[in-house]
Amino acid sequence: MSLHVLASGTLTTVQDLGRPGLAHLGVPRAGALDPPAAALANRLVGNDPDAAVLEVTLGGLVVTTDVGAWVAVTGAVCPIEVDGAPRGQARPEWLAPGSRLRLGTTSSGVRSYLAVGGGIAVEPVLGSRATDTLAWVGPPRVEPGTRLPVGPLVRRPAPHDTPRPPRAGALRVHPGPRADWFVPRALTTLCGSTYEVGSASNRIGLRLEGPALERVRDGELPSEGLVLGAVQVPPDGQPVVLLADHPPTGGYPVLAVVEEADLWQCAQLRPGETVRFTPA
Amino acid sequence: MAPRAHRQTGPVHLRPFGPHALLAEVADASAALALATWARTVGIAAGEVVPAARTVLFDGLATAAVEDLRDRLLTWTPDAVAPDIAPDIVAGRPVGPVGPVGPVVEVPVVYDGADLAYIAEQWGTDVEGVVARHIGTAFTSAFCGFAPGFAYLAGLPSEPAVPRLDSPRAAVPAGAVALAGSWCGVYPTASPGGWRLLGRTDVVLWDATRTDPALLPPGTRVRFVRA
Repeated sequence: MSLHVLASGTLTTVQDLGRPGLAHLGVPRAGALDPPAAALANRLVGNDPDAAVLEVTLGGLVVTTDVGAWVAVTGAVCPIEVDGAPRGQARPEWLAPGSRLRLGTTSSGVRSYLAVGGGIAVEPVLGSRATDTLAWVGPPRVEPGTRLPVGPLVRRPAPHDTPRPPRAGALRVHPGPRADWFVPRALTTLCGSTYEVGSASNRIGLRLEGPALERVRDGELPSEGLVLGAVQVPPDGQPVVLLADHPPTGGYPVLAVVEEADLWQCAQLRPGETVRFTPA
Repeated sequence: MAPRAHRQTGPVHLRPFGPHALLAEVADASAALALATWARTVGIAAGEVVPAARTVLFDGLATAAVEDLRDRLLTWTPDAVAPDIAPDIVAGRPVGPVGPVGPVVEVPVVYDGADLAYIAEQWGTDVEGVVARHIGTAFTSAFCGFAPGFAYLAGLPSEPAVPRLDSPRAAVPAGAVALAGSWCGVYPTASPGGWRLLGRTDVVLWDATRTDPALLPPGTRVRFVRA
């Protein structure tokens, strides 16, 4: 069976758990930016945790199916309709053959996840179906007209999943490797201030605007490896939290590292919203 | 339980990088490659081992593995690799093959790059001199970065270095062979780029459908030949 995409909004990509382990070849890890939301969507339709889902940015996805399928939408809140009739978020819904599923404009959050029973079964690239938007390793972005194959159902959906969604809060940070490139109070400034999410934020990084993190050295480091959640600080002092599609190496000093369990929040913060940091 | 004491006895300086990673700082790219090769050879349980210009990142470590690796890295010395190359690493000389020695990859080049004359001027020679030096240099892939399969090839002396363009070209074609500083590289895909262009090759540097997608992973020896 397959899903036929009629509209894909701002950006829709196929995502799974990503392809870690290839940073030494220059390949970003990719993968769902809000892993708990993607995992919930998979659980609801009976998929394994590594099944591929669609990551929909700010809504606007319309799909039909040639054979009936279980679907579930999680993550950013958006109106969900099947053939014009409202359906629920975060629960399995039956999509009959020929029916049209529509995700409206998101009202809060940024990224919604659509899981289909059996998983999106596009051909894996280097062991993963995730699309990396930095170097475009993986399947191409989902466009109107795309036909997405769906795998065989693994098990029945779990209509009674009672997830406890993670709670939003300050992002917990650990010290980073290049604290000596900053004035001694830089980490205190980061944790004592409110930062606003910049409009250039994407799957590569959450760009923040607020009190500058003052450096004591100019210039760049010789490129070095970067981790997920690294808080990188370019010369203008405005921090960038590196997300799933971050370059594997870079030359801006890293002041801190955000706790991995808190990074899902970075996937759902809208430009203009604020974020705070706290020592882990 | 008292924290374990860690004492540095080797050339590796460690920097914290969150709960699942360690950044090992060494003298140069040769030492970084040697350390990364050692880590792969002895089977360090890291999700990622990423050599770079002066560091090796160990990422994806289990919490329990971090402390063990810390001890091993602080006492690591280049002679843990192979006796015949250790002196070169200590002396900061370019290291040839490290670890399992694969065949040398030959890369045929058409030397018609837009910056040939500029490179000749920087090197104090003519275009033929540039080509002769490039062909005569034994390169080693020190690390990858910038784009999938883009290898930083070491082997040229540090002086005279070739500066990058002040403003990168908007589009450099796939297969462009280029220099920056004492590095040589081949663009695996078309992209913007600020390195100085020597020529071009038809060799496919990156193919995600291959078992080994990168032609020049870290540690690969490379020889350029005239196409």
